[in-house]
Amino acid sequence: MSRRNIEENVFKGLMVVSTLIILSTLVLILATVTVKGLPALNLAMITQTPKGGYYLGKEGGVLNAIVGSLYLAGGATLLAISISLVVVLYLNVYAKKDSHLAAFTRFSFDVLWGIPSIVYGAFGFTIMIFFGLRTSLLAGIIAVSLLILPIMSRAMDEVIRMVPEELFDASYALGATRLETAFKVIARQALPGILTAVLVAFGRGIGDAASVIFTAGFTDSIPYSLFRPAATLPLAIFFQLGTPIPEVQDRAYASALILTVIILIISVVSRILTKKFTKHIVK
Amino acid sequence: MMLLTIFSGLIVFLMAFGLYQRSRPILAIKPLTELLFSTSWHPLRGEFGFFPFIMGTLWVTGVALAIAVPLCLLTAIYLSQYAHRRVREWTNPLIDLLAGIPSVVYGMWGILIIVPLIKNHIAPFFGIFSTGYSVIAGSIVLAIMIFPIIIHVAVEVFRSVPYEVSEASLALGATKWQTVKHVVIRKAMPGVIAAIVLGLSRAFGETMAVLMVAGNVAKVPSSVFDPAYPLPALIANNYGEMLSVPLYDSALLLASLVLLLVVLFFNIISRVILIRVERSIQ
Repeated sequence: MSRRNIEENVFKGLMVVSTLIILSTLVLILATVTVKGLPALNLAMITQTPKGGYYLGKEGGVLNAIVGSLYLAGGATLLAISISLVVVLYLNVYAKKDSHLAAFTRFSFDVLWGIPSIVYGAFGFTIMIFFGLRTSLLAGIIAVSLLILPIMSRAMDEVIRMVPEELFDASYALGATRLETAFKVIARQALPGILTAVLVAFGRGIGDAASVIFTAGFTDSIPYSLFRPAATLPLAIFFQLGTPIPEVQDRAYASALILTVIILIISVVSRILTKKFTKHIVK
Repeated sequence: MMLLTIFSGLIVFLMAFGLYQRSRPILAIKPLTELLFSTSWHPLRGEFGFFPFIMGTLWVTGVALAIAVPLCLLTAIYLSQYAHRRVREWTNPLIDLLAGIPSVVYGMWGILIIVPLIKNHIAPFFGIFSTGYSVIAGSIVLAIMIFPIIIHVAVEVFRSVPYEVSEASLALGATKWQTVKHVVIRKAMPGVIAAIVLGLSRAFGETMAVLMVAGNVAKVPSSVFDPAYPLPALIANNYGEMLSVPLYDSALLLASLVLLLVVLFFNIISRVILIRVERSIQ
């Protein structure tokens, strides 16, 4: 075999090996979470709040974190949808193709997307101080919605950009206004993509810890108002892993499994959505 | 609608401004150079030297990149140039999934697997004692976390190299790898750099996973087995006591501002490169 063929095979081998390494880390992580989490998971874990303090009490489960996370990520997703849908439709229906505002907004979303979540947390904290809020569900929702806004907007933007030009023309030709075109034609045409964007953003919101550590706080009870602190699954993992008590650590493992399953479900559902709905839309 | 669009475009500035406002009290008393280059971190005595934390961040990020970049580039080349379409259909969702796993879960995995591995096997192998909570533990976890972003961008960039260019090289009798080495990589270089810089800025700001495995000792690390205390971990770890010590909150929000500006800088560079790459293809 000539030297260059040896080189070819060596590098091809290296490539396959590194691909396998990267994929096996995923398997290893999922396996670890399952092996640790499954024995810790039982009915009490998902139907009870921790008893005797989340850090020391051995009894109870993580219901406070499950409900808190759903409230928080749900609220943040709703808030982010209402902003990003409007912005994205504006960018695609109203703004001109070579508009500076559109280019600037897209660029700033791209840049925002890379900003670490701890910075969103710190910024959320400055907003809290500014408005005199305490750590609360509301403050957490604001911080997380800022965090997921760029993700959601860019994903929606990509989908709506794919909507064919003719569809706009057809709608205008029928006498529809821009507003009608935007919400009744374009938004409906891009619905599967929009739903996928929403799911991805929800997944990111429910898994983030650094942005809520300052803003939403942590508590043993289920929040009954927007102005109460709320527990979240990521922080339930973080705090309860730090104790020396095995029963409490079990709660962390269970939370990690629950969180990972939620993320898995989101990723599968968004894949199915993309596949299923792209069949029926006008191309 | 337009107002909302303008508002959302201005969030970055709003964040920088808000954090700056909050960090002004400490900037008014201490010169910025002292804050950034002093190694003395004693909040109770009013001494806020960020240097150990900045060095901690640089160590962890640097080692993470050294692990991630070769693996990711080889994988990206494989997926974009060699792999069968069916292989790509299988790997893409898995890599996406890796991107979706929350950072605390990575952190937990790091504590359960990587930290004991380093404590019991890797450090003793080099004849060094380590608790396992170290620069290298943080770097391994971080490297895995930035795999998806580097691979994703690099695959896009490699695939955007026009096929005619590689065909010309193959027609001249070059092997596939020679073509990749001399033609594809050279053509894709700016985009590859952008991919790495995006990974870098992700690693730079990652908080929870690193906080959980890097050890958090406020000292400049001198080896990969030493503990490190990166900047984001510092911010997240002290939210509790920061309001009870004078200037502490101001110092931490200054740290966030520094983080924001550095990441912003990296992001703008890489995005500008990517936009150029995109334009040059069209």
